[in-house]
Amino acid sequence: MMMPMEAHERAPDRAPHRPVPLEPVLADAPTRADTVTRESPVPVASELFGPATEEKMRVEALNFFYGKSQALFDITIRVPTKHVTAFIGPSGCGKSTFLRTLNRMCDTVKNTRVEGAVHLDGEDIFRLDVTSLRRRVGMVFQKSNPFPKSIFDNVAYGLRVNGGLTRGQIAEHVERSLVRSALWDEVKHKLHHSAYSLSGGQQQRLCIARALAVDPEVLLLDEPCSALDPIATSKIEELLLGLADSCTIVIVTHNMQQAARVSDYTGFFLLGRMVEFDRTDKIFQNPAKKETEDYVTGRFG
Amino acid sequence: MSATQVVSPHSEARVSPRGTRAFALRVFSGDRIAQGVVTASAALILFLTALLVYELWVNSHLAREKFGWHFLFTSTWDPNTGVFGALPFLYGTVVTSVLALTIGVPLGVGAAIFLAELAPPKLSNALTFCVELLAAVPSVIYGLLGVFVMMPVIKTYLYPLLKNTLGWTPLFSGPFYGVSFLAAGIVLAIMILPFIVSVSRQVLLAVPADQREGALALGATKWETTWKVVVPFAKRGIYGSVFLALARALGETMAVTMVIGNTPQIKASLFAPGYSIAAVIANEFTEATNDLYVNSLIELGLVLFALTIVINGLARLLVMSTSKMSASA
Amino acid sequence: MTEAARLRTRHLVNNLMLGTTGVFTVIIASLLLFILGYLLVNGARNLNIAFFTELPKPVGEPGGGMANAIVGSAKILGIATVIGVPVGFLGGVYLAEYGNRGFAFIVRYVTDLLNGVPSIVIGIFGYTLIVLRFKHFSTLAGGMALGLMMIPIAVRSTEEFLRAVPNGLREGALALGTPKWRALATVVIPAARDGIITGIMLNLARVAGETAPLLFTSFSNRYWSPGIDHETASLPVTIYNYALAPSDDWHRQAWAAGFVLLMLILTINVSARLILARSRFGGGR
Repeated sequence: MMMPMEAHERAPDRAPHRPVPLEPVLADAPTRADTVTRESPVPVASELFGPATEEKMRVEALNFFYGKSQALFDITIRVPTKHVTAFIGPSGCGKSTFLRTLNRMCDTVKNTRVEGAVHLDGEDIFRLDVTSLRRRVGMVFQKSNPFPKSIFDNVAYGLRVNGGLTRGQIAEHVERSLVRSALWDEVKHKLHHSAYSLSGGQQQRLCIARALAVDPEVLLLDEPCSALDPIATSKIEELLLGLADSCTIVIVTHNMQQAARVSDYTGFFLLGRMVEFDRTDKIFQNPAKKETEDYVTGRFG
Repeated sequence: MSATQVVSPHSEARVSPRGTRAFALRVFSGDRIAQGVVTASAALILFLTALLVYELWVNSHLAREKFGWHFLFTSTWDPNTGVFGALPFLYGTVVTSVLALTIGVPLGVGAAIFLAELAPPKLSNALTFCVELLAAVPSVIYGLLGVFVMMPVIKTYLYPLLKNTLGWTPLFSGPFYGVSFLAAGIVLAIMILPFIVSVSRQVLLAVPADQREGALALGATKWETTWKVVVPFAKRGIYGSVFLALARALGETMAVTMVIGNTPQIKASLFAPGYSIAAVIANEFTEATNDLYVNSLIELGLVLFALTIVINGLARLLVMSTSKMSASA
Repeated sequence: MTEAARLRTRHLVNNLMLGTTGVFTVIIASLLLFILGYLLVNGARNLNIAFFTELPKPVGEPGGGMANAIVGSAKILGIATVIGVPVGFLGGVYLAEYGNRGFAFIVRYVTDLLNGVPSIVIGIFGYTLIVLRFKHFSTLAGGMALGLMMIPIAVRSTEEFLRAVPNGLREGALALGTPKWRALATVVIPAARDGIITGIMLNLARVAGETAPLLFTSFSNRYWSPGIDHETASLPVTIYNYALAPSDDWHRQAWAAGFVLLMLILTINVSARLILARSRFGGGR
């Protein structure tokens, strides 16, 4: 089987949180729910993630419809806490749609229907108050979208909306978020300049800082680097690796190498279905499904 | 980099609570209020428009009941005997508008073609700016200029010219006192020019570039490309702009009433004074002594309203269908 | 004809049409300059302090001014803005942000319909609605008529400028857990601020020159008009009355007033366009 890249190019181990390697569950091993089709492997959390890792979000038999046409078919996975999970797959296969159901941004599009369940820490997200859900599950978009305000006001926006902080506390949080998104040193002397005075890569890190300011438990990133040059991309990948200590990261990317670089777990999407979900090294080195192998070796894309 | 876990300043997420307090919270939540307020404003607009139609209808009932459909075909307008007919005003409105279009459309479409296709961009933008500012000049100022500048000019230069060349036709026969269908038509033409130019220009600019490139690549000159490819593609939109201009011309009041002569008569000659619907309402409304008189004027308003709705509707259909063509091409 | 000769003819026609349409354009553009120039010369010449500070003198006596007309117009426009802008703005927000299929379509259609109503008919409406009910002309009636005319323009321009704000901004705010109304109020509407303000300015400039709706709502007055429930003089109506009167002095004053009105309107127009040209989300132009 061809290797997509050499071992030394992968992201360095972060030893305490590495999942204990276990035998992956195969496609025809007995699964937990009868409703799950035999085509999508459903690794049980304890077996896949290892005893030290818990699930943060659980998706069960998710079907998604834009009007009459179905975009997601029977997705069942679990997102591990405080790890980086990546979703890869060719364009138009539903990765972004899936990501947007995780924080109910799909609600903003008319004429959509969701079947199945999504749980955050055991609670059904469709029963939660949507604005507080989105505070807990933040999102960074493909095209950076800073508000036409100053850098400081951008990061402080979510804090002010949620309320309850003094001015001093807000300033502290802003600084902390900018530090976490590796932007502080570059902007600390011009916090009150317009956000649009920053470069593309800086604007995207600003959006990450803005999302981090409200202290989300999960951070969803939808192809965050697709519009950025390689240097900006590597800065963001580095900061994502550091964030995973405190925040569950879910990243959608069409760049396989990026997934291999930053993620602990990877899911492969094809035509609206989750073909395979497993530890990243398994997906890239020894995938269980032929479609996965074809994709990661570049036979189609 | 962050080593410490940031303590969340916010309360934990709550599962949607039940009970009356929760219900009240949901109903009076910011989103519900906001949605209610903006929807109410939109509904208010509907209500006001419906009220307008209602008031027009109800306050013209005396005239409608007395004259019925004959109102539209009677050419007498006599407040003393209480006989009111709309025909002279319909005639005047139509004649002046048609004259305005006859002058305005070639001029306006020609200028639009120049601005959209033939002129270099900087010049085009500057001239478009001037033309669009023309639309901002109020009607009463056009009237002022019409009375004190244009009518004397027509009398001195245009009238003799027309009389000598076309005086044998019924259109240009008879005496000329300044106030006339002709003067009103010319003022209207100037007033609708900016609309024709502006809309036609936008419609022409919206024609996809590949249409032009296709023609030029076949060896057509710029004019041939414009006239034979771009303009036909934008044809419906240009008709739309003409209808829009017509709708404006129909409703124009002040400039027309200052130069048309305010005489309710039907004459073939453009030199004769006449009257338009908007002009008679403006002039006689406050002088109307009895209810039937006022009702008749309001019925005239109703007729004008109906006319402009129909023409505006047609115009919008035409302009929309061109933009659909451009979008799908 | 030979090919070469045909080509020459074609080029000739090309240049001829270029010239003709160019001439048309120059004619139209120069109309504006002529109007401006004529009013400048004729109007500014007759402007004096008295114009702005004095009341009209009785017929036959020279002198006097249009102070009451200026104040009257200001009052009418103030009322019109208070009525027309909020309703139009909120309606525009509805269409851009909350609209659904059926109702929004009806609202848009009716708004366009209202926009096309001739101004004299709006005047009739103001008359039957307010003047008849209160049995006298009033500033309020005039303001209401003009306010009604402001609504459709406000709706359309608000909707256009809100739609010009990129969706990414809306999503960015929502994804932070902001309720929709707050995202609108603190991110989307401020982003469209330039456009909305210029929309109001252009709206005002348009109704400032309207005469027909005032003819039998606020009517006219040769004295001060106290409050808002008396008839009042206004600039456009006074210009109209003076222009048709058999008095040269009044004609001169009409020119002066025309100049002031035109200057006001054109200044608002040009400023609005300048602001738009510099703004970030300046609409689809």
